[in-house]
Amino acid sequence: MGILRENVKRGRILPMKKQEFLEGVRDGLPICLGYFSVSMAFGLTAVLSGIPVWAAVLISLTNLTSAGQFAGMNLIAASGALVEIGLTTLIINIRYFLMSISVSQKVERKMTMKERLAVSFGITDEIFAVSMQRDHELTTAYMAGLILTPVIGWTGGTLVGAVATSLMPPVLSNAFGIALYGMFIAIIIPPAREHKNVLFAVVLAIAASAACKYLPVIKNLSSGWTIILITVVVCLIAAWLFPVEESEGE
Amino acid sequence: MSTGYIIAGIAVMALVTYLVRVLPMVIFRKKITNVRVKSFLYYVPYAVLSAMTFPAIFSSTGTLPSSVAGCTTAVVLAYFKKGLLTVAVGAAAAVFLVQMLGF
Repeated sequence: MGILRENVKRGRILPMKKQEFLEGVRDGLPICLGYFSVSMAFGLTAVLSGIPVWAAVLISLTNLTSAGQFAGMNLIAASGALVEIGLTTLIINIRYFLMSISVSQKVERKMTMKERLAVSFGITDEIFAVSMQRDHELTTAYMAGLILTPVIGWTGGTLVGAVATSLMPPVLSNAFGIALYGMFIAIIIPPAREHKNVLFAVVLAIAASAACKYLPVIKNLSSGWTIILITVVVCLIAAWLFPVEESEGE
Repeated sequence: MSTGYIIAGIAVMALVTYLVRVLPMVIFRKKITNVRVKSFLYYVPYAVLSAMTFPAIFSSTGTLPSSVAGCTTAVVLAYFKKGLLTVAVGAAAAVFLVQMLGF
């Protein structure tokens, strides 16, 4: 024990907490890089929609979501009702509910309530995915590193994208306009390729979304309500036709 | 679009998002066993992201040919399981190239 403590002091062996934190930072780095480019596109899109730079950055810092804040930002830009903003955010982000349940099963038992409240803030698709791949229980220090790095990338990228908009030639900002959608496609396609039930949900949602855009009456609904409607209907049908077995859930 | 409205909108988004994430961590200690509920939640990200992406992606770049090229590139890259960054940048690069060609 004495030797161990001496080595820790000299920096040969890192204290457990610090090592866990650094492992989190290491695992969060690829997410950070990915987030940076995508959030640049978010910042850019937000400013092009008429949202001030500070608001775009504040959205990224306080929300840390992709699709959810993208839709919310669009609604704010269109002066949507607060109820509509809240409901749209809820329905798009409701998936975090399920992820958060899984995370809550895997965090260390001694994690305090305060730490639970803090860790909850950082549950995103990618952070969730990485934390589920870890082979032992999730400590607060590890989660802190795993969340901090992507938060920096997400917020910093938004700032850079928002500020750069005016400096960028249109052909470049047009190109970045597709980046967020590219990320969504990267999340949808691989599981749709593996699982027929996911493919079914994807195809049904795309068909419904196209129909909602062009059908009379329905096409007059705002995009927020349309997404709520499509999601609820598609998920009800998919869950009814193809209930998911235990192992497939995550 | 007043500053007060923007702040209220952001506050609503942030609060709703945080509640969705924090409630299970605080309340749920047992696993959900209802297969229907679990299945519904399982399909949510795919339905949401699909509905958000299509057909909106085709009006995201200013011209139709460039968005079709970008979308096709993204789907092909994603099909071969490339990472988020590769897919996003690949799609943007395809849009850029097609627009440089004058489409």
